[in-house]
Amino acid sequence: MELFELRARELAKKIRTGEVSSVEATEAVLRRIEQLEPIINAYITVIADKALDRARSLDDKRARGEDTGPLGGVPMAIKDSIIVAGTRTTAGSHILENYIPPYNAHVIDKLLDAGAVFVGKSNTDEFTMGSTCETSYFGTARNPHNIDRVTGGSSGGSAAALAAHECIAALGSDTGGSIRQPASFCGVVGIKPTYGRVSRFGLIAYASSLDQIGPMTKSVEDSALVLSVIAGHDRRDSTSLDEPVPDYIAETDAGVKGLRVGLPREYFGEGLDPEVLKVTLEAVDILKSEGIEIVDISLPHTEYAVPTYYLLATAEASANLERYDGVRYGHRSGDAENLYEMYSKSRSEGFGIEVKRRIMLGTYCLSAGYYDAYYRKAQKVRRLIKEDFDHAFGTVDAILAPVCPTTAFPVGSKINDPLQMYLADIYTISLNLAGLPGITVPAGKARDGLPVGVQFMGRILDESTLFRIARVLERNVGYLNVEKGAV
Amino acid sequence: MRYVPTIGLEIHSQLATKTKIFCGCSTEFGSEPNTHSCPVCLGMPGVLPVLNRQAIELAMRMGLLTGGNIQRMSYFARKNYFYPDLPKGYQISMFELPLIRGGHLDLRTSTGEKTIRFNRIHLEEDAGKLIHIEGDTKSYFDVNRCGVPLIEIVTEPDFETTEEITLFLNTLKEMLIFSGVSLGNMEQGNIRVDANISIRPVGQKKLGTRTEIKNMNSFVNAAIAINAEIERQTDIVEQGGSIVQETLLFDAAHKTLAAMRSKEEAHDYRYFPEPDLVPVFVDDEWIGRVRSELPEMRDQMRRRFETVYQIPAYDAEILTTSPEIACYYEETIKAGADPKKASNWIMGEVLRVLNETQLPLGEFKIKPPMLAGLLSMVEKGTISGSMAKTVFDEMRATGKDPKAIVGEQGLTQISDKDALEKIAREVISSSPDEVAKYKAGKTQVLGFFVGQVMKATGGKANPGEVNAIIREILS
Ligand SMILES: [Zn+2]
Repeated sequence: MELFELRARELAKKIRTGEVSSVEATEAVLRRIEQLEPIINAYITVIADKALDRARSLDDKRARGEDTGPLGGVPMAIKDSIIVAGTRTTAGSHILENYIPPYNAHVIDKLLDAGAVFVGKSNTDEFTMGSTCETSYFGTARNPHNIDRVTGGSSGGSAAALAAHECIAALGSDTGGSIRQPASFCGVVGIKPTYGRVSRFGLIAYASSLDQIGPMTKSVEDSALVLSVIAGHDRRDSTSLDEPVPDYIAETDAGVKGLRVGLPREYFGEGLDPEVLKVTLEAVDILKSEGIEIVDISLPHTEYAVPTYYLLATAEASANLERYDGVRYGHRSGDAENLYEMYSKSRSEGFGIEVKRRIMLGTYCLSAGYYDAYYRKAQKVRRLIKEDFDHAFGTVDAILAPVCPTTAFPVGSKINDPLQMYLADIYTISLNLAGLPGITVPAGKARDGLPVGVQFMGRILDESTLFRIARVLERNVGYLNVEKGAV
Repeated sequence: MRYVPTIGLEIHSQLATKTKIFCGCSTEFGSEPNTHSCPVCLGMPGVLPVLNRQAIELAMRMGLLTGGNIQRMSYFARKNYFYPDLPKGYQISMFELPLIRGGHLDLRTSTGEKTIRFNRIHLEEDAGKLIHIEGDTKSYFDVNRCGVPLIEIVTEPDFETTEEITLFLNTLKEMLIFSGVSLGNMEQGNIRVDANISIRPVGQKKLGTRTEIKNMNSFVNAAIAINAEIERQTDIVEQGGSIVQETLLFDAAHKTLAAMRSKEEAHDYRYFPEPDLVPVFVDDEWIGRVRSELPEMRDQMRRRFETVYQIPAYDAEILTTSPEIACYYEETIKAGADPKKASNWIMGEVLRVLNETQLPLGEFKIKPPMLAGLLSMVEKGTISGSMAKTVFDEMRATGKDPKAIVGEQGLTQISDKDALEKIAREVISSSPDEVAKYKAGKTQVLGFFVGQVMKATGGKANPGEVNAIIREILS
């Protein structure tokens, strides 16, 4: 097995015991990046020199007998919507093309403390808006399982980098499914933690009340490992929860006998691709055979989730993106005659079409005369969706659902049909509206060879149960490696 | 026809916190541009605001003092508009659910009691400052004010005269300062006033169309601007015209009002709840604690000074012009000074120096224990009253202790009877003419002898002692 194929926990162990060095591992990953990036485009920025310097200093530290942390020496990819001090952070946008931030996101500080090595900033839809990673100013990321297919969005860069072994572990962010859906398309594990479980400080905001940073990894165990590093209270984020962080790794192997898992009937209706359905039901059978009781449940407000999401998320986005005005940083138009033109030209030139579309939508639904009809009503529906979950978790410990109605779609097939693209989020969005945790774990491949994941949704702060169930499925399914010759 | 004006005020006041409302940057006034800035108050990508609880407490004080209703749950909203001094493109301000609803302030006007009702008191962040330099086509941006905490006090339209407005603003300012809520410094933009004005015929209930005057930078200007607007509206209505609802800016230099361009005014702020901040929850315990920590207001303090220190009402009035002076006075007494003597010195010397030099009390070198030390030396007769003035000047220039100054300069008063008698006899024996005058009944000559003794001792003799000794010798 090549070094770049290792999972984070194994690699960290090998480095800790001195079997391999962080430099060797980092070099292996960087070579892999060099080889595959022209095809995959998983990264916006690769920071090879910095990564090697960091790896070297961690190796030295270890040589002195010091502890380098649970991720000591492990090469990671960071979604480019997460701020890394001194490293270009673009959020996939022309408007931030040359932005070099002066501070670290909270999760970056945590990962550095844990010994991680950052090899690059992974591709994302512009300002994380998109379900295909095609709205990135820096080009589309390609699915390593089939380069004519999309990776999913918006953390498609991280998902592709993992599937192509261009990193060992990664961070993504999930506003409406943007960790879970690309994880499903690329055959990796992705978790959206409970809202507030991981600090958002340093995550370039799309929709503040929905955004959440989460780990993307090659295994469930790695997911637990990375989450245990980045979770916890941060006084710089007042929505961050001040609750103890469990020992996720220990709890991952606690078994599943006696757990009750619900199947929401609204997630298995019209529009669900038969291949995806087939793999999902196979996963259900596996769980049954492991002693899990499967329960039929209902989440009756599911059909309102997509419109509710697009009203609330775009409303918040319209405000969150106001700061990109060409005044203090980022792109400023060169031919503005006055202040108004400076704003309008800088923004017109700097933002892409999808971002503009969402800003317009959000601005509209907040404007005088429409607020009550749209924004306020959407808030009310959001409450109903939350109540659906509260009700369901009265009888079950977790909920199993498909992640996306289809497998990864062909590049270019939905980019000009935004409404079609928005429907790709239909199974993932409700969870963000409710603020609950959800994990995607590979469940098998469809006939076309593309990966299919299933998602488990959990109670607030109950990531542990999700890891337990996901781990059992993973043990039965195995890892969905990219077929030889695909890339 | 006669018209009654109806006026409501919106007062923005900077809260006296050490740090900004959503980050740890300093709120200090007058620093170099852009020295109080961080990614948060600059609105950099990815940063989040964190509420300064001290700002909430200070606003709560104002609510408690004005009998307002402190809301158990309130929250911040985003007020969206583009302007170069607004880093995030929105201002975080309370909107739908303010921290305080209601409350009132009672005024004693020349025509009787008047109650001004409050609609609300809420919190918000200030924007930055644009700097335009003459002859330079660029605009510069100072971020130091960005995120400075403000409260906005919104009154009901209860004002009918500018007398009421002036009285109200002065009372309010005094409350803000004494409660420690604000430093109340208008030059530093601590208090800014906007007014809504309409007129209606006497006897008519329905309010007329209102206009708004923004950012009047002094109470005097507020009164002038509001009067000008009442006149303007009256003229229009009397000539059969109608008032256009608009926002006016007061030009302090020319004492005129000009309409803001409508483009600047046509805002749809698209308020919505700030998702980066959790709602503010206030419980009874918190309110109780803030109430128990409420500082004494000026009236209470004045009454206490009169009764506890037995000083005249006039003195109490002067000594409570600011909490700092009152504190200085009390500290001086605590350090052992006689209350009336301390009052005399503070009203006389201390305030005179502060007025002349425009020095803030904090930078005044004579600290209360030093002043008390000086007074006690006068009391004990160690130095004379006139000598004390010299020592005082030396203290204020050098910050040295009065004992040290007296010691170094040999200013100790001579009260030794034998020594003084010796000098007195010499003076008398060398002035036979004056002795004759004295014996002939011209007792004023006594002053001549005293003066001579003082001169001979370089002013260090105790004048009372000298007086007695000379009388004795000549009798
Ligand atoms: Zn700051």
